[in-house]
Amino acid sequence: MKLTLNIWRQAGPESEGQFETHALDGVSEDMSFLEMLDLLNQKLVMSGREAVAFDHDCREGICGMCSLVINGEAHGPVKGTTTCQLHMRSFSDGDQIVIEPFRAAAFPIIRDLVVDRSSFDSIIMAGGFISARTGSAPDGNAILVPKTDSDKAMDAAACIGCGGCVAACPNAAAMLFTAAKVTHLASLPQGQPERQSRVLSMVKEMDEQGFGNCTNERECEAACPKEISVATIAQMNRDYLKAAIFTD
Amino acid sequence: MSASSPILESNSPTGPIADRWANHRFDLKLINPANRRKFSVLVVGTGLAGAAAAATLAEQGYSVKSLCIQDSPRRAHSIAAQGGINAAKNYPNDGDSIYRLFYDTVKGGDFRARESNVYRLAEISNQIIDQCAAQGVPFAREYGGLLANRSFGGAQVSRTFYARGQTGQQLLLGAYSALMRQVASGGVELLTRREMVDLVTVDGVAAGVIARNLVTGEFERHSADAVLLCTGGYGNVFYLSTNAQASNVAAAWKCHKKGAFFANPCFTQIHPTCIPVSGKHQSKLTLMSESLRNDGRVWVPKDNTDRRTPSEIPEDARDYYLERRYPSFGNLVPRDVASRAAKAECDKGRGVGDSNLSVYLDFGDAIRRDGAPLIAEKYGNLFQMYEMITGENPYKTPMRIYPAVHYTMGGLWVDYNLQSSVPGLFVLGEANFSDHGANRLGASALMQGLSDGYFVAPATITAHLASGKVQRLNTDHPAFAEAEAEATARSSKLLGVQGGRTVESLHQELGQIMWDNVGMARTAEGLKGAISSIRSLREEFWNEVRVPGEASHLNPSLERAGRVADFMEFGELMAVDALAREESCGGHFREEHQSADGEAARDDENFSHAAAWEHKGIEQPKELHKEKLTFDYVQPSTRSYK
Ligand SMILES: Cc1cc2nc3c(=O)[nH]c(=O)nc-3n(C[C@H](O)[C@H](O)[C@H](O)COP(=O)(O)OP(=O)(O)OC[C@H]3O[C@@H](n4cnc5c(N)ncnc54)[C@H](O)[C@@H]3O)c2cc1C
Ligand code: FES
Repeated sequence: MKLTLNIWRQAGPESEGQFETHALDGVSEDMSFLEMLDLLNQKLVMSGREAVAFDHDCREGICGMCSLVINGEAHGPVKGTTTCQLHMRSFSDGDQIVIEPFRAAAFPIIRDLVVDRSSFDSIIMAGGFISARTGSAPDGNAILVPKTDSDKAMDAAACIGCGGCVAACPNAAAMLFTAAKVTHLASLPQGQPERQSRVLSMVKEMDEQGFGNCTNERECEAACPKEISVATIAQMNRDYLKAAIFTD
Repeated sequence: MSASSPILESNSPTGPIADRWANHRFDLKLINPANRRKFSVLVVGTGLAGAAAAATLAEQGYSVKSLCIQDSPRRAHSIAAQGGINAAKNYPNDGDSIYRLFYDTVKGGDFRARESNVYRLAEISNQIIDQCAAQGVPFAREYGGLLANRSFGGAQVSRTFYARGQTGQQLLLGAYSALMRQVASGGVELLTRREMVDLVTVDGVAAGVIARNLVTGEFERHSADAVLLCTGGYGNVFYLSTNAQASNVAAAWKCHKKGAFFANPCFTQIHPTCIPVSGKHQSKLTLMSESLRNDGRVWVPKDNTDRRTPSEIPEDARDYYLERRYPSFGNLVPRDVASRAAKAECDKGRGVGDSNLSVYLDFGDAIRRDGAPLIAEKYGNLFQMYEMITGENPYKTPMRIYPAVHYTMGGLWVDYNLQSSVPGLFVLGEANFSDHGANRLGASALMQGLSDGYFVAPATITAHLASGKVQRLNTDHPAFAEAEAEATARSSKLLGVQGGRTVESLHQELGQIMWDNVGMARTAEGLKGAISSIRSLREEFWNEVRVPGEASHLNPSLERAGRVADFMEFGELMAVDALAREESCGGHFREEHQSADGEAARDDENFSHAAAWEHKGIEQPKELHKEKLTFDYVQPSTRSYK
């Protein structure tokens, strides 16, 4: 099939960006979206232009490295799917596709479609862990974890840290990302000792990194390629309130 | 190849195997807690091996610096592992033990691994599960709250721990969280979007690395008292593999050129259940978890002219070739055996799909027996992934699968301390030549990465740090300037060619050479041909490659070009190693060496060794060092799955 691509190009963080239009022929419906961009890049390079920079690695929906807002939607039109898992059979011959980076104050653009998501790492550093020094753990079965709790933890832990939730949110909030980690660890007995301090410092860091506030738009849940539920946000809010009251 | 073959020493402890690791640890020197911060350790890579090592060394008090290519440590290729991690807990009480895991791993590796290492791995496996559970890894549980296990990869006991189909993700996120805790407390300095482009050695001892800041393009010098290389495997030499796009041999290859021996590069694992190639545009292959073979039946049409759709082909016109050839293991034969059998069927023209390069994996019987809901519960996410990629619904029509490059057992040679032949350079995880011999069993790589990272290296690193060889150099040393100048020159050279071919097309061509000649079946003639084709392709690369842009900004084309340039050199070594190994074992199958019924014929008399190659200059023959393998406990026998 033949497509028209409107792609965001930007030389660096301080440069001004603009859309660039490319007609691309020879796209097969078996290609993944990123393979379609590979094809474009090969053509650009052979015609003496620079390749479009975009982030990707595993190309199977698990590393969270790929991003892109496709026709206004983070990770494109298919629900529960990352950009790298999106296939061209979801598009038709003659389509026009607008491709932009994830946009958020806390995700500065590095180049073209590549953004800096290290603010997510900072949120994890603030408390997204259980302090368990190597070598000091009890037997794996010494602490029982009810299956429902461990399933709940796993549902939240499935987050791939891609930032699609932030890109989809009108306020560029990182609530779903932060809440997913808070909920994962709060659901497990191992996570209880640090539960209160964790939620307080992660939320504080989230604010300091320049993410917006939650106004219950639920766009994050709709865009999440792992379909993490906004119920995690409710859980985080409850934990936060409780912790704030107890520490004051 | 070289005529002389000096013997290599593994520094393995002796004595009863069950006591070796404990005794060895006692014999290792200790460094006083207060003194540890004076030692700097550079950990390259943040996969399971690297993240676990960096976090643990920082907890112990060392000054740690950690580097990775991706924008966050959490994105390392380990994240993609699906199936699970083995441990000898024997929670199901089904006869497992440390000894049995050790035995299975030595046998599964076709008697080409070091016994002492494998035993240590089996021993540590239990501590790994404890550690990960304490970190909050949401392992699958039973209703009573106990950890759940499953049987995986044909094992006759249930020893595999898992977190849905995302075990690698959850283990890596556990290690990542431990690492980030140390970054927050100042124990680790974390540098992301950095690529190690050279190892710096002074008088043959590791002194640090040169890294490229991938965002600014700048080259940076990092000195350290010890360097831990945790950079993963080299499967992408085949262009198409199940590895992530950034997975590479570059870091290991640079260390090889600085004196680290490369061991058994020809031992690669080709996984039997992957989604087949759909066209030339394909950039990677996707693994379908091995667990599918617990319920799926593999078959091809008996008649190679049979073009009917699978549902139209009646039972008696199907050949369930694994069940026919291996009645006792059936569809659960080990990976190397299953892959080769699929290739054999396709070679006979019985392959299915447009390309005739795939076989059916059929869930029809399982769905009739257990019902679709139960099958969906077990494999729902895999079926969904399959449909997303192929557009076909595996509940209705059999999956089509074909083998793909998946894992590399070869890697930098290390002794029992995981120290390479360059003092001060330790190699962990898939990057070392490891504990898996000629074939890795399912769910064993995660175990090895975490064993190396959490438990082995943090103990054995003192073998160097307390050895008196530590030089305490800083980056003003001329060796750093020299290595940096070389790296700068190479990157200018890549940008300067401005030829007529893209990096991808050259990489693709290399991959085809490797797949055809150094893949599932190898012959002397094919390997010799491959060596000369790789040499000419390498020349073409340096005359014809076109790399756009500049070195002074984020330039993915330039990054890729550098990695492919190293594959162009490394591919030749793989072929050389495969040619020298005149036997078939595990994933290495030489057509000249097979039994009457087409099984691998091992030659223990002449090849019971690890082949460790020493670099002598790119156009020079490598020197082969052999580490003799001795088996005190598990006597080599022919693997039989009939
Ligand atoms: C699809 C798939 C499924 C798998 N499933 C299983 C399974 O179920 N069970 C199992 O046991 N094993 C499985 N494996 C194998 C296992 O995942 C890997 O062998 C293991 O995770 C490798 O871990 P590692 O830490 O050695 O390296 P990796 O995870 O590959 O990490 C490499 C790290 O090194 C960094 N790096 C690389 N080069 C450089 C450089 N030049 N400079 C700086 N940094 C660099 C990378 O950024 C990364 O951080 C699977 C593999 C694949 C591909
Ligand atoms: S590239 Fe890994 S999730 Fe898309």
